[in-house]
Amino acid sequence: MTKLVSGCPTGDIKTAWDRHRFDIKVVNPANKRKYDIIVVGTGLAGASAAATLAELGYNVANFCFQDSPRRAHSIAAQGGINAAKNYQNDGDSVYRLFYDTVKGGDYRSRERNVYRLAQVSVNIIDQAAAQGVPFAREYSGLLANRSFGGALVSRTFYARGQTGQQLLIGAYQAHAKMVQAGKIKMFARHEMLDLVVKDGHARGVIVRDLLSGELKRYAADAVVLATGGYGNVFFLSTNAMGCNVTAAWRASKRGAYFANPCYTQIHPTCIPVSGDYQSKLTLMSESLRNDGRVWVPKDPKDAWDADAGKVGRNPTSIPESERDYYLERRYPTFGNLVPRDVAARAAKKACDQDKGIAYNGRGVYLDFGTAIKRDGRDAIEERYGNLFEMYERITGDNPYETPMRIYPASHYTMGGLWVDYNLMSNVPGLFVIGEANFSDHGANRLGASALMQGLADGYFILPYTIGHYLAQNPGRAKDTDWSEFKEAEDRVSERMNKLLSVKGKRSIDSFHRELGLLIWDNCGMARNAEGLQKALDRVPALREEFWENVSVPGSDKGLNQSLEKAGRVADFLEFAEVMLTDALDRDESCGGHFREEHQTEEGEAKRNDEDYSYVAAWEFTGVGNAPKLHKEELDFEYVPLTQRSYK
Amino acid sequence: MKITLNVWRQKDRNSAGAFETYTVDDVNEHMSFLEMLDVLNERLETEGKEPIAFESDCREGICGACGCMINGEPHGHVSRATTCQIHMREYKDGDTLTIEPFRAKAFPVIKDLVVDRSALDRIIQAGGYISVRTGSAPDANSIPVDKASSDRAFDAATCIGCGACVASCPNAAAMLFTGAKVTHLGLLPQGQVERTMRVGNMVDQMDSEDFGHCTNFGECSMSCPKGISLDVISQMNLDLLKAQLKGRSA
Repeated sequence: MTKLVSGCPTGDIKTAWDRHRFDIKVVNPANKRKYDIIVVGTGLAGASAAATLAELGYNVANFCFQDSPRRAHSIAAQGGINAAKNYQNDGDSVYRLFYDTVKGGDYRSRERNVYRLAQVSVNIIDQAAAQGVPFAREYSGLLANRSFGGALVSRTFYARGQTGQQLLIGAYQAHAKMVQAGKIKMFARHEMLDLVVKDGHARGVIVRDLLSGELKRYAADAVVLATGGYGNVFFLSTNAMGCNVTAAWRASKRGAYFANPCYTQIHPTCIPVSGDYQSKLTLMSESLRNDGRVWVPKDPKDAWDADAGKVGRNPTSIPESERDYYLERRYPTFGNLVPRDVAARAAKKACDQDKGIAYNGRGVYLDFGTAIKRDGRDAIEERYGNLFEMYERITGDNPYETPMRIYPASHYTMGGLWVDYNLMSNVPGLFVIGEANFSDHGANRLGASALMQGLADGYFILPYTIGHYLAQNPGRAKDTDWSEFKEAEDRVSERMNKLLSVKGKRSIDSFHRELGLLIWDNCGMARNAEGLQKALDRVPALREEFWENVSVPGSDKGLNQSLEKAGRVADFLEFAEVMLTDALDRDESCGGHFREEHQTEEGEAKRNDEDYSYVAAWEFTGVGNAPKLHKEELDFEYVPLTQRSYK
Repeated sequence: MKITLNVWRQKDRNSAGAFETYTVDDVNEHMSFLEMLDVLNERLETEGKEPIAFESDCREGICGACGCMINGEPHGHVSRATTCQIHMREYKDGDTLTIEPFRAKAFPVIKDLVVDRSALDRIIQAGGYISVRTGSAPDANSIPVDKASSDRAFDAATCIGCGACVASCPNAAAMLFTGAKVTHLGLLPQGQVERTMRVGNMVDQMDSEDFGHCTNFGECSMSCPKGISLDVISQMNLDLLKAQLKGRSA
């Protein structure tokens, strides 16, 4: 086992980032044009990094699999973005945001990374406002804030319910400007299928032009992955259809360590599954829990499960005395506002007791009856009108009259490729930013922190830290004729031909669905050693069947969406084993990783700081082989380790 | 319920396309329209046939990737919805749906229902931004924006770049799309410095693509899933006129 070194500056945390920026090497402005940088992904992290690197003078080649850089899934984020501006004069500070984030991450993140994140958060808001991002404003013309996700201060900036869209469009526009200036070469509809490593350094990528089907080689001085999370390993998640682990996983197969893959975030308020055909899940904003009361019928006879033939009872006809408001009952102080992981597990528990109320018995009520009686329908409509409309559009039910039905779903992944303080992976020259890395959220991400981290990495951290690497590696040759490129291209091409030649009987989605359900049941909201082992035994068999019986029609020429999908599912089938292995290894509960063996008497997550306050970084050792564990020990100098309590 | 589909199939940009008919028997009213296509595609896949190519990503109406004509209307007949937000409860047992790609000269068909909308990116690249180098921004609250302008700018900024406005326009004009960005940035104090240059460059780019001209049908706004108002076109025309008076040769 290698001890991983984060390279965090030592000494006073408050000056650490400033000192680090002075200490690292910089590339002379006139020399920046001599460096080529590949950026994969165009979400908040990728677009902001590509734009900023191009402004600095580097030559950027930027790839995305979508038809336009503006489609990246950051666009779907609803709630908001945190920043320690203290515009509300309510006692917020960089230190408080730092403290909340480390604590919220259940003490499994790096203090110094998080402190830096909190520091640059204020610059993000300035940058976005100057770009014309239409944040919510007060009548004074100044920016508005709200409190979000249980925070005790109002530090969340928002743009109606579409903050992600507006921030992404801001970054996309900054990016478009640099495309026009010729400093970014944009390749939309290109999917990265391999990383090229030469002499131990990341020096290029193999991409597939999704329109022509052609494989292409690109060489560079450094490669930046901004390719998002792996939430679609569950098949059903709030991620977009195209979200995948492919770029990160292929990098992992070339030597990059995958850190903490078992840390996944399940969002408690999503619209439940309505049938076998379900392709993805839709999130309903967490803000609904401010006024909605969560309950299930006390009597399982009143529950609904179409799959099990239970028709249930109309919720409006169930009297108060026969309802179990389980969050209010179990957590009298926080009630319906307990954190995401706590709310999610409580919903699962209720459904495990056969009290669920959706198509497959997996759903709970979120009821606005009390709030409407108290504040009037108009007040509720003003607060949540657009969300209610969205709910009705999807389900056909009117939430003013019938309680909403909700259930937790996979939403975000805290794990990702291991990076040091400079956001560089253990493969020199390979940088990883945004959701694709593991660095800042520990075992649980706070609401409105994903947008903050993506933009912090892309605008304000990577563009400086990458210079340190480049300055030490100047003037290297770049040649796509290197044997490493040919080998990588051959590997990719062979894998695609293999997929096309199986010509089996089962659809690609049927494998993905089966894998997703297996991971959801055994490595979802709650995990235990027995279930994880069972899933670990099953995955290789499923993967084998995939390679023997999947049907991938068409050819490798031209647009072939089946081939794209099959490649991504094949990667999930390999990646899943590392995720399960990590979950099995981490024999404690923390944040989103809840091991049933480790809970307090009240059923809360019980950490084991003595043995598990480390980052688990997994080295790929071959498909089907157990990955090798490398540890990075975590120290907590500033935030005292405590057990979370929401009683 | 049982639904019959007439779907436009086209191998690639250069091949001629044709309608093919499919029947989907076990349609559930809670399915989304795209899930209904998924079910059909999964069937085609297991039969070793090429599924119908269509685009979608977020499936919650915000990324702008999806879009096809359903019975002659972009994103179907439901107002203020993208294709992915249509559910089968909008239709009844025995219905026949005709599904085609967005039709516009500037949006060449790539395959089946997939079209090339990169012309819209090029319009943004021509000037749809406020130039602010990373790190050079003043404190956010040093630029107050009155709420009315901020709200109007926001309404224009909700554009998702799906291209339904172009597909619905008899002239295949991109005026609503371009006007939305011109209006979003032009109404904000941050956007004033480049306002004149921006509108000119964006309109020039729009004209150089294969889009038609606006003749005030208003179909664009009616079909816009975000309900962007025709006002943005007037605003753009006004800004362009002012730019020309300031000496920009059109």
